[in-house]
Amino acid sequence: MDDAYGLLLKTYRRMGGSESILRDERVAHLVIHGNEVYSSRAVEGLVLDSRSRADGVDVELRVKGGYRIEYPVHMCFGIIPEEGEQRIRLNAKIEDGAGIKILSHCMFPNAERIIHEMDAIVEIGDRADFEYLERHYHGEGGGIVVAPRAKISLGDHSRLYTEFSILDGRVGKLRMDYDMEAGEGSAIEALAKVLGYGDDEITIRERGYLRGRNSRGLIKSRIVVKGMAMSEVISELIADKGAEGARGHVDCVELVMENARARAIPLVDVWNERAKITHEASIGTVDKKQLNTLMSKGLSKEEAIDVIVKGYLR
Amino acid sequence: MAMKDRSILEVRNLNMSRGGRSILRDLSFSVEENRVYGVLGPNGAGKSSLAYALMGLEEYKPDSGEIIYQGKEITELSISERARMGITMLWQEPVRFEGLSVRDYLGLCSRDGDVREYLLKVGLDERYLERNVDDTLSGGERKRVELASILALKPKLAILDEPDSGIDIISLDYIAEIVYELKKHGSVILITHNEDVAMLSDRCLLLCDGFIVKEGEPGEIVSYFKRKCVPCPTKRERYG
Ligand SMILES: Nc1ncnc2c1ncn2[C@@H]1O[C@H](COP(=O)(O)OP(=O)(O)OP(=O)(O)O)[C@@H](O)[C@H]1O
Ligand SMILES: [Mg+2]
Repeated sequence: MDDAYGLLLKTYRRMGGSESILRDERVAHLVIHGNEVYSSRAVEGLVLDSRSRADGVDVELRVKGGYRIEYPVHMCFGIIPEEGEQRIRLNAKIEDGAGIKILSHCMFPNAERIIHEMDAIVEIGDRADFEYLERHYHGEGGGIVVAPRAKISLGDHSRLYTEFSILDGRVGKLRMDYDMEAGEGSAIEALAKVLGYGDDEITIRERGYLRGRNSRGLIKSRIVVKGMAMSEVISELIADKGAEGARGHVDCVELVMENARARAIPLVDVWNERAKITHEASIGTVDKKQLNTLMSKGLSKEEAIDVIVKGYLR
Repeated sequence: MAMKDRSILEVRNLNMSRGGRSILRDLSFSVEENRVYGVLGPNGAGKSSLAYALMGLEEYKPDSGEIIYQGKEITELSISERARMGITMLWQEPVRFEGLSVRDYLGLCSRDGDVREYLLKVGLDERYLERNVDDTLSGGERKRVELASILALKPKLAILDEPDSGIDIISLDYIAEIVYELKKHGSVILITHNEDVAMLSDRCLLLCDGFIVKEGEPGEIVSYFKRKCVPCPTKRERYG
């Protein structure tokens, strides 16, 4: 398995990560290959426990009240062989006044028959900040099922930012399901960026529940599908009865090329007359005027499409 | 014939229709090297359509006629092919791009790396480099960035579709400077409905309802435009 560890780190470097970060005592990290924990480090104010089980790994993460973890926590998850299963159960608590940012690298460079599941329950207290950025690296095999599921609740005057992306390699089958709930004065921002091709299947469901007064929600997705890929994006934003002054926005753009297919289902539900939620969803091919403009600067059509698509996914 | 030898662009009997309507009617004119050629005309005259036909937009293919650039017929060439031959165009309403910085946008156009100088020339400071070419730029700022991108390309033929629209009156000097700058490298087709802008040209045509009404010295064209076109209630004074 040492071999797998080395290869995991190699992939991590390819994604722009650096091993010196994993050696740095000031930076917390967690490296899990399959269902085996390879390396883990906590820092002051952060409790990070992980336990392997026969069918998965349990991870406990707790940021103690008032602690703002200075450096982002680096997490490396992955499977190097062509087949395997990884099931991570994450239980996270960000206590009152605490703050943390997690950079998660999910690496499956040789995926042929792989399942990667993540079940996260995250409790964010009052005046706390949680940022979670997850980037995937998949290789060209496409034989992978990725199922990230999260239930995230925010107390009052807290902030959540999540960014999920699969831009390197085939998506395989993505079944993403995030539930987020915001208390008074809290803000949720969730961004998903996915580039699908081959016969990739993308299903993204994100639900923001604005429970408290003056809470905020933004659910944003940027999806590009090519080849025979399919995508379905369900974005829900709900302002509850008590959510006076709440503001929310759903912003979904899907670019469809070749024989791909895309669906967008924005769902907006407002229970308080002093709350306001807007949504925009657009599905279409690359804008003709954008193409013409770039071509008039000497780019070929293919180069122009590339610039436009990269911009959407940036 | 002597004049013909120095022309960079020649348009011969160009006809184009859109949606069953004739939009450009039998246009013939030629643009000399390192000269500014004005195209003056009221709203709906066909100025932008002419620009699109010259740039080679698929949807603006001429029904008949020829476009000759540097002695070669380019009527069938694509936008990219024409651009690589040194033709480019400033769009009347530049489009926005999500996630593309001004630095990268200008980088696509510049061969020599440093793009700051082009920004300064259009009156924007280098802080704009980190901004995105998206809807966070105002209309005027977006237009200036587009002008900077045209400067960076150093085109042999720049088609400027209403470079002054959306930019403050005070900035008319900028337009003059930009046109002067472009003239160092090539020719400019300067499309406008503004008489002062038209006066920046070396030669000018007056377009109305798809026809060339008059062609000649800019002073002469502008005074004709003021006398006949400005008061024309239908803006269809094509027979003079
Ligand atoms: N796709 C189209 N279908 C039908 N008519 C069109 C189409 N495109 C342009 N036209 C018409 O062609 C005429 C010329 O349009 P064009 O945009 O070239 O005018 P313009 O001189 O650039 O006007 P402006 O000063 O307003 O920019 C207009 O009457 C316009 O309505
Ligand atoms: Mg026009």
